Amino acid sequence: MKDFNVLGSRAPRVDGPDKVTGRALYADDLNKAGQLYSAILHSPHAHALIKKIDTSRAAALPGVRDVITSREAGTTPYGVSPARYDETIFCHDRVRYIGDEVAAVAADSAEIAREAIGLIDVEYEVLPAVLSSDEAMADDAPLLHERYKNNVCAQVHHNFGDVDAARQKAAVIKTATFRSKMQDGAFIEPQSALAHVDLHGRLTLESSTQAPHYVQRTIAMALGVPLHKVRVKKPYVGGGFGPKASCATYELVACLHALRTGRPVKINLSREEVFLHSRARHEFKHDMTFGVGADGEFLFLEHECLLDGGAYASFGIATVYYANSLLGGPYRLRNIKYDGYRTVSNRPASGAQRGHGAVHARALFEMLVDEAAAELGVDPVELRLKNVMETGETTVNELNMSSLGMRECIEAVRDSSDWTAKRGTKRTPGKGIGAACGFFVSGAGYPIYRSTTYHCTIVTKVDEVGGGVAVLSGAAEIGQGCDTMMAMITAEVLGIDVADVRVKSGDSDLAVDLGAYSSRTTLMTGHATREAAEDVKRQMLEALAKVLECDAAALDFVDGYLAVSDQSIDVSALREEYLKEHMGFTDNPSGGPLTFREASRIAFLAKGALVGRGKYKPPVLGGSYKGAAVGTSPAFGCSAQIAEVDVDLDTGCVKVNKITGAHDCGFAINRTQVEAQMQGSMSMGLGECLFEEVKFDGEGKVLNPNLADYKIPTSMDMPELEAIIVESHEPNGPFGAKEVGEGGIMPTIPAILNAIHDACGVRITELPVTPERIIEGLKAQEETR
Amino acid sequence: MKSATGASKRVITLNVNGLDREVMVEARTLLIDALREGLGLTGTKLGCGEGDCGACTVLVDGVPVNSCLVLAAEAVGSQILTIEGVATGNDLHPLQQAFIDKGAIQCGFCTPGMVLTSLAFLKEHPHPAEDEVRRAISGNLCRCTGYQKIVEAVLDAAERMGGDS
Repeated sequence: MKDFNVLGSRAPRVDGPDKVTGRALYADDLNKAGQLYSAILHSPHAHALIKKIDTSRAAALPGVRDVITSREAGTTPYGVSPARYDETIFCHDRVRYIGDEVAAVAADSAEIAREAIGLIDVEYEVLPAVLSSDEAMADDAPLLHERYKNNVCAQVHHNFGDVDAARQKAAVIKTATFRSKMQDGAFIEPQSALAHVDLHGRLTLESSTQAPHYVQRTIAMALGVPLHKVRVKKPYVGGGFGPKASCATYELVACLHALRTGRPVKINLSREEVFLHSRARHEFKHDMTFGVGADGEFLFLEHECLLDGGAYASFGIATVYYANSLLGGPYRLRNIKYDGYRTVSNRPASGAQRGHGAVHARALFEMLVDEAAAELGVDPVELRLKNVMETGETTVNELNMSSLGMRECIEAVRDSSDWTAKRGTKRTPGKGIGAACGFFVSGAGYPIYRSTTYHCTIVTKVDEVGGGVAVLSGAAEIGQGCDTMMAMITAEVLGIDVADVRVKSGDSDLAVDLGAYSSRTTLMTGHATREAAEDVKRQMLEALAKVLECDAAALDFVDGYLAVSDQSIDVSALREEYLKEHMGFTDNPSGGPLTFREASRIAFLAKGALVGRGKYKPPVLGGSYKGAAVGTSPAFGCSAQIAEVDVDLDTGCVKVNKITGAHDCGFAINRTQVEAQMQGSMSMGLGECLFEEVKFDGEGKVLNPNLADYKIPTSMDMPELEAIIVESHEPNGPFGAKEVGEGGIMPTIPAILNAIHDACGVRITELPVTPERIIEGLKAQEETR
Repeated sequence: MKSATGASKRVITLNVNGLDREVMVEARTLLIDALREGLGLTGTKLGCGEGDCGACTVLVDGVPVNSCLVLAAEAVGSQILTIEGVATGNDLHPLQQAFIDKGAIQCGFCTPGMVLTSLAFLKEHPHPAEDEVRRAISGNLCRCTGYQKIVEAVLDAAERMGGDS
């Protein structure tokens, strides 16, 4: 393996010092003189017609500077997927969930703004609401959107291979239904934004977003402002996990107020508003029938999925595709039939969340693998090993596993957890161990809108004064560590210290980047970063070669110096030129080879601005069938995990004691950060498995819109997390790297559920795993005995 | 003096990070707002406003409190430590350095509260066991890390500090 100076190390995060001292600025930390504060009026009804809106009392309140409704905001439809633009900034004729946005106020203080929205009089005609997929698809259900017949917003029907023929060969057939509940992203930073307009009429939005690029486009489209007159910058972001990946109402509201008043406008969502806006994990119902041959060969999968998507489409089309497309691997499975339906209902809209669409499908499938193993009388880990795909194979839905360390991941967790001994021995009742696998895209193959755009560009500029390097990027650092990744790759290519690289990212003025979603940044932005660094390095070496009258191939940057392979090359004149410019400086280099600082200054003197350009877009991917684009990716990361649990047979309480995880990230650019992504995934998976559920009353109101009643794991809930890095060297990734952001969540839920089954024989079919569900399962066992 | 909403305002003195600072507040002004808006100390983060997440943790006389649940006026006469006061100039506290070195930081939004809670804990428990660390930070939610590297950082800091805090 090639050795690197920086890559593959545990280099500290470049944003660590700012974040650990409180200097890192997040959206709510930004303020501008004279700023107004905005608040949004939400619908109190799950489904109603708007008959009349009277804003006169609000407008008359002292301190109120702007009141906006659909009259002022217009009704240009927008959304995530252009084929399903079904939102407007404000509801104009109808509200579709408790929390739907009706109006907004900008005022001299946040308090006045909140008081003013209480003075807006809205006359509603309340309509019957639909609060689940089943209700939504009923024959007599009220329609939420004219365009979605039967309230079905998207449906998918795929038939790969020949399921009926495969069924004839199956020795074991397992059927099950699995349900999950709507979940929340529960990032610790609620969304905030600050919008301001300069004296040339150019709008800047600084917002807590994962995707400045899509926010910029949506603002321009929805507000009718030319794209080049809109700048979206992302300060530090306090977690995203998916729900911050699309343009949200609060961002459009801040911009519209700013355009109308000429004043900077600040808006902060409350924690309750974070729950109401949601755009997080859908509620899923999966029905699967899985067939396995007598020899353990996976034969077929028949899958039906019903997603409740809430009031609007959001990412939902992609979600319903992902729910099946990511079952194509990591096992050989040549026959898959899928019918998926994504309905709309009068609940907050669901969107994308870590492991988009695929987490619960994976959970049920991995449970069925265990069920099949039990009936065949084989070890479930061995059954998985028998069926895993290898590097170079292509799934039945045409996803190419250009690298796949699935086997290595399974073997690593099996050996490290001592699976064979623990699973094989006669165990204490209530103690269990379970395994599962999963895989995920390393960047969506296509942009959300139809375009041949580059997914990202990078501009790398070497300082005119010499020594330092700036990387300009549109990529979104949301905590996953992409600024550090860009700094490390640049430092590696230029042979300099990470500390000499400054990354400026998350700004639509600097470069294009589609954003932090679908686990795309390391592979895609990493490619562009490498290309830009190599480009500027080539230009510098060519300029220096010209000055030195030698071949550029004889020059290189190594360990902070200009390395010359031909000893006849004399750099002393260049040093003299540098020193001549720096008389009086006390830190001038002396002796030894030319430093990068000197060489880069000389290159500037010879050539002028030193700017490297990098870009990336994936090659044409995917099959020819409808929907083939969803799930395609230049590469796929994969994961295996083993969970060890205690189930209290009297109380039904589950305690996870350890999770051993292995993830194939291709190549770990930064080993600490790869482990950190894996551990974060396990934590989110554990929470979603055991605690997390957005609860509703019978009217569609969220009952637990806070972090006391919506429970995410605390440090007391989390067990020891062992993170094992597997490196399969992805040919399509920069330096062999691919994703780790989302693949790591795929096995967590089924590993825990399989461990629970191993501990007490209860097969959980509905999340979250509450003590009640365990006790019910234990009782049902008693009765059938 | 009256605020925009008509409530009466007055100047109080808060001792923050060793300095007496004057800040204009209403009787109901929360400590977090006096720090963030009144004094521009934005390192203290607002995550929920209800005392659930711990992102707004500051130390009042050495004790971690949710500054979103404390009135600014209640902190008069106390020593308040915010994240901005943990490092000495540009010299990071060993606990801060441990957070960086162990990879305990991702999005960073819980980090100020997590550091301050851990700092107060290490003062009382200079040689902690892992489960004591987990209990100590259980009021500070983190959605990014799964807590593993945070726990490792606090244990590492205890070693670096060698019983001194």
